[in-house]
Amino acid sequence: MYYRFCWGCHGFRGDGNGENGPYLNILPRNFVAATFKCRSTPTGTLPTDEDLFDSVGRGFTNSNMPAWISLTKQQRADMVAFIKTFSPRWKTDKSGDPINVPAEPAVTLDSIKHGKELFTKLECWKCHGQEGRGDGPSASTLTDSNDQPIRPYNFAAGSRFKCGTTNHDLYKIFMTGLDGTPMPSFADVIKPEDAWDLVHYLRTLQVTHKSPELALWMTTKEGAEIVKAQKIVGTPTGADIEQ
Amino acid sequence: MRTKQAFMAGVAILAAATMTSAVPGGGTVSGRVTYEGTPAKQKPIDMSKEPSCAKQYATPPPTETVVTGPNNALENVVVYISAGAPDEPPPSQAAVLAQKGCRYLPHVLAFQVNQELKITNEDQTSHNIHPLAKINREWNKSQPPGTPPFSEKYDKMEFIPVKCNVHPWMHGTFAVLKNSHYSISGNDGGFTLPNLPPGKYTVTAFHESYGDQTQEVSIADSETKNVNFVFKAKPY
Repeated sequence: MYYRFCWGCHGFRGDGNGENGPYLNILPRNFVAATFKCRSTPTGTLPTDEDLFDSVGRGFTNSNMPAWISLTKQQRADMVAFIKTFSPRWKTDKSGDPINVPAEPAVTLDSIKHGKELFTKLECWKCHGQEGRGDGPSASTLTDSNDQPIRPYNFAAGSRFKCGTTNHDLYKIFMTGLDGTPMPSFADVIKPEDAWDLVHYLRTLQVTHKSPELALWMTTKEGAEIVKAQKIVGTPTGADIEQ
Repeated sequence: MRTKQAFMAGVAILAAATMTSAVPGGGTVSGRVTYEGTPAKQKPIDMSKEPSCAKQYATPPPTETVVTGPNNALENVVVYISAGAPDEPPPSQAAVLAQKGCRYLPHVLAFQVNQELKITNEDQTSHNIHPLAKINREWNKSQPPGTPPFSEKYDKMEFIPVKCNVHPWMHGTFAVLKNSHYSISGNDGGFTLPNLPPGKYTVTAFHESYGDQTQEVSIADSETKNVNFVFKAKPY
């Protein structure tokens, strides 16, 4: 199955050098290096089989990796087993233990406000920008671990997150980091309850979404003004920028 | 200039650590690392995007991809025994990498496989430490100001480039080595590998921009052998 559907991009040996590879922006994953973005496991560890299974079924937003929902679940699971044969790491290293994600507390204004403070304090804005538009001062200098330019996520543009759509996925993204990219892990420096506050605030940056966080944020004067400013006609949101 | 002194002090501490952790007695390999040709001119780092770091310098510090000293001395070269010496267990002392003034101190940090590596952030800004390991596992962690030091280790030998994605000018190198016989060339290009039992050794010199060179050397009794390395410098 790999040699029917995948190797055109991921290559005969799974090294990401398939014949379509050079034409793709965001290069195909190199399974030999076995560094994966979307994990439930700590930075620097191998993902679980479930993480890989979810990635195959989800696809990667803004890249050329489609969601392989046309394959049956069994076929996707078989594919995961096969791509693990490309790297010797799977023999020498074990998958990391998934990080603990505590139950999500209720969304409150305090939670969103505290999340906003954390966004500033942890300097998320250095890359993602003050308004989450992916235009922070360091944004233009970012490269991935293969020295390819890479863009920080633009919350205002409203596309899906690379590693899932739920608050739970968002929590995992910044706690595990996206290995191989400039996005670091914050697991050592954010307490779980603070992490949920940050999740709630990040949702309000997705101004084109109808999330409960954004709705609540809009009920305050501060929030409404910020969101209104972000939505002003003619203000670049970055949504029109080609990825 | 002060940071330079601090850096040299760091090198001295490392050298001292090397001496204390090895078996006493034995022979010594020492020498000098130099360059021939014109090394790339190091440019002043523009830290204007990080005012809290920029204000720590009267004049912007230069990049450190090639650091030279008087008489063509080449600094920051890791000289180590790559073959002939047995693998050693790690020392209990941690190797320390400081992030200070948006630079890595020291620029090149050598330590042993499985030795504790402590990473501190002394700046008023968040750094992310992103060692681009290929043989070891690659990880990437954020360290906001005031965070306690991170403790890490590597279980395989490797030279690992280190960068901070937030501050693109920050570059450093981890040298993860299998034994305690290593030395980093100082401002005079000098290095010393003491306490080598008699035997045949391969001595390797590694420079982050110029790659590596090896030489064979035999040590009998407690003699001191002189080994010099010359790297070809490129002006770009």
